[in-house]
Amino acid sequence: MATATNEQTQALLDQVREALAQAIGADAIVSAEASYDFPVLVLKRENIIAALRFFKEQLGYNFLTTLCGLHYPDQKGKEMGVMYQLHNMPENKRIRLKIFFPESDAEVPTATVVWPTANWMERQEFDFFGIRFKGHPNLKRILNMDDITFFPMRKEFPLEDQTRDDKDDSMFGR
Amino acid sequence: MSDTIINSDIAQPEEKVYSTLNLGPTHPATHGIFQNILKMDGEIIMEAVPTIGYIHRAFEKLAERRPFNQITPITDRLNYCSSPINNMGWHMTVEKLIGAELPKRVEYLRVIVMELARIADHIICNSVIGVDTGALSGFLYVFQWREYIYEIYEEICGARLTTNIGRIGGFERQWSDKVWQKIEHFLKEFPKVNKEFEKLLVRNRIFMDRTINCGPLKPEMALEYGFTGPNLRAAGVDYDVRVMNPYSSYQDFDFVVPIGTQGDVYDRFMVRQQEMWESMSIIQQAMKNIDRSQKGEFHGEVPEFYLPEKAEVYNNMEALIYHFKIVMGETDVPVGEVYHSVEGGNGELGFYLVSDGGRTPYRLHFRRPCFIYYQAYPEMIKGGMLSDAILTMSSMNVIAGELDA
Repeated sequence: MATATNEQTQALLDQVREALAQAIGADAIVSAEASYDFPVLVLKRENIIAALRFFKEQLGYNFLTTLCGLHYPDQKGKEMGVMYQLHNMPENKRIRLKIFFPESDAEVPTATVVWPTANWMERQEFDFFGIRFKGHPNLKRILNMDDITFFPMRKEFPLEDQTRDDKDDSMFGR
Repeated sequence: MSDTIINSDIAQPEEKVYSTLNLGPTHPATHGIFQNILKMDGEIIMEAVPTIGYIHRAFEKLAERRPFNQITPITDRLNYCSSPINNMGWHMTVEKLIGAELPKRVEYLRVIVMELARIADHIICNSVIGVDTGALSGFLYVFQWREYIYEIYEEICGARLTTNIGRIGGFERQWSDKVWQKIEHFLKEFPKVNKEFEKLLVRNRIFMDRTINCGPLKPEMALEYGFTGPNLRAAGVDYDVRVMNPYSSYQDFDFVVPIGTQGDVYDRFMVRQQEMWESMSIIQQAMKNIDRSQKGEFHGEVPEFYLPEKAEVYNNMEALIYHFKIVMGETDVPVGEVYHSVEGGNGELGFYLVSDGGRTPYRLHFRRPCFIYYQAYPEMIKGGMLSDAILTMSSMNVIAGELDA
């Protein structure tokens, strides 16, 4: 049972998409595609908790592998995103769910109501991206200091001191 | 007579007085920089609030400005007790993205290194459990062998702790005869030492009394809290990435996934102990099926990522171009997103890599196992004694470098 083949991933994608469309409505799914060995579903933000619950309780995706923030400043109206990765351990199926939303309204319902493990994962993404998880029991910074005022993983935040002019690496991409 | 005592007029105080105890950030018993603010009722822990991030180094942000081959040294510093596993995990993530296929021999070499790293990781964790229960000599005794594993790394790549071992596409150089001799020696001598270590602790009455039923973990709770690795297996869930989603030819090897029943400190200790035996068996199987001569392949055909030999660079136009492109980070990579996970020393170590085709990752997210499961720690130690909390932490194998990334 090595890495899932393309056909298996595609079959899993079709199966998951159909089940999800029946459960929470086809218009909740923005797009669905296979990316390497993962089916990736982009959902609407307001449906994400219902979808996570559906996957956990009906389809056996009992394990939240990871969750992370995304930032695409060039996608107007969908600058920020969150990626959830679920694992159905008994059947060994893995899927990835994504939601996108505007930077000006970076608020997402919390997944801690489905998995307690989302607690620190969401705190981390709040800390680095400034995504506010609505209903989170303890939404505080986790790795950075409490009193910093910026969100360092956002793309506009420079890694190095931008006032320096002794280093020019414009030749080398980012 | 008894009536007078029961109907005493003296009012008993109703409210309990709790004391606050700062355990950490730098406490010798926590083996790293962890702070827990404990609310204590005498010696019983009522509540624990962990603070983390003391050695946060912004790896995810740093990775967004580094070419792929320069990210390997960052991964060294995640779980620094088993750096080679992190390095290999990262190489395999990039290889998955670019669709590279490696020769079997390279994959077997990787398996050998990763299993050595797992043994080194488990040696530290288990012997530290011994230390925290009061048995320092076992720790010092097996530590020599962890040191010996570092010598093997040194022979392969020149580094010991933060190894930066291997490259995208294989190993940097051929394994010398000395490496094979050292591994042979290790496989011959370490079983005796490990057996002796087990004799010291496994049926030791003091150790058993101290660890059985200490910091227990139920499988349901373990899954809800995202536990992986030996901790999850000790709770009775047989999830192992090497078996579920085999990478680097793990499907060719015959090994057992040990599981526990109670999920307590003793079970976690025993699962790790058994895993060391399995790792030795895996190394032995790999050694049996491998060409140990200097002619064997030690890297795959990935010219755009694998640095060519210097002699080639000076005499061959193409090699010179590839050398330049790799060093300057001008190699094209496909656009896409990929997730790859390996069974690290303490759980599923995952790399979520988003590439926009540029020279650096657009986004790189590390799924760090102990960051995810350490949040269950306050719940696990609630209602227990302070000394049990210390033992629970060391048995969970929480590594500060990985926790804080």
